[in-house]
Amino acid sequence: MPEQQPLLTYLLRRGDDNLILGQRLGEWCGHGPQLEEDIALANRALDVIGQARNYLQYAGEVEGKQRTEDDLAFLRPEREFVNCKLVEQHNGDYAHTMVRSFLYDAWHLPLQKALTKSSDEQIAAIAGKAVKEISYHLRASSDWVIRFGDGTEESHERVQHALNSLWTYTGELFVQDEVDHVLVKAGVVPEMAPIKAEFDRTVNEVLTEATLQRPADAYMATGGRQGVHGEHMGVLLAEMQYLQRAYPGAEW
Amino acid sequence: MTTGTTALTEESIYALLENVKDPEVPVISVRELGVLRDVKVEDGKVLVTITPTYTGCPAMDVMREDILAELHKAGITNVEVKQVLAQAWTTDWITEEGKAKLLAYGIAPPEKTADIRALKGGTPVVECPQCGSKDTVMVSLFGSTACKALWKCNACLEPFDQFKCL
Repeated sequence: MPEQQPLLTYLLRRGDDNLILGQRLGEWCGHGPQLEEDIALANRALDVIGQARNYLQYAGEVEGKQRTEDDLAFLRPEREFVNCKLVEQHNGDYAHTMVRSFLYDAWHLPLQKALTKSSDEQIAAIAGKAVKEISYHLRASSDWVIRFGDGTEESHERVQHALNSLWTYTGELFVQDEVDHVLVKAGVVPEMAPIKAEFDRTVNEVLTEATLQRPADAYMATGGRQGVHGEHMGVLLAEMQYLQRAYPGAEW
Repeated sequence: MTTGTTALTEESIYALLENVKDPEVPVISVRELGVLRDVKVEDGKVLVTITPTYTGCPAMDVMREDILAELHKAGITNVEVKQVLAQAWTTDWITEEGKAKLLAYGIAPPEKTADIRALKGGTPVVECPQCGSKDTVMVSLFGSTACKALWKCNACLEPFDQFKCL
């Protein structure tokens, strides 16, 4: 089946995006700036880890080597992770975490919306559930970007700084390669142009309300989709995979 | 035909599954929650179909175990619990009696229709499940579990959970 390899890669990309973001959000557990936010971040981590589980489970089926979602999450080396670089960026301060989520959500929502129309029934079903959850995520992350941007001088400066430093990772979200081209042709995945248009609309609307400056598009970091990650990724995986590496097959 | 002590019909299975509650909201059954989608009995085998509320809801694994345990207790062991994602679960599937039980338990039930406004940012008017006041304010979109938001009543000053519209 010629479509199988691209489909597998695509499912790993969707799974890894969510898994790595979930791991980052989970790092806040017990460290949130206030109790409600601590709970909110853990909730959102749970949602995206659930989405990752669905995509990786399906990836395991497509691959046909009896690998479960847990095997894929905990036993792959860094170079086999194909998440975008945006999600692996460190948490930084709360503004940094919120901007990272906001940029991700603003892209993720229209992408998953489009995937509900996928010719692949399983992808359409996973996306159908994800869309409703991400709607809440985008609402929450937008609220915080606006609160920080339109807040104090200090919060404004910090959130603008976060936006400036994370902007370089937004380009990769819209890159399509041969994997996508094959699947676009088969009606499995959407074209990126309408998703970029909705991303731009959301970002412009929220940044305007937040009195923030949209950074100019300059150098865009890529490589995540090919398994080439930044220096934060190894540390993240070391923590995430520790238990299964140290105690193979351990169960809850 | 009977297996163990319980007649193996779809009605009897449904009746048994009334005892399986949401582990996080133990007053509402999996049927009332809309998680139980279908029960089939074919050639002595029971096929139970469930659908998750939230993708990452950890209660789903517990519900699956509880369904198996409940049926095993009744001597029914030839059981498969299948999980489906489509159609995606919506709070509209919580039955009216389920919503009444949520309210009595102190959780504000979701709005009547899973309308796009609540998802898109329009904040709904939510009545306090303790005192009935409409003078309430949302504290956080995310509450004690994935399916709930955290609210506070300005009249009786009690915090409360609201089942989020999905």
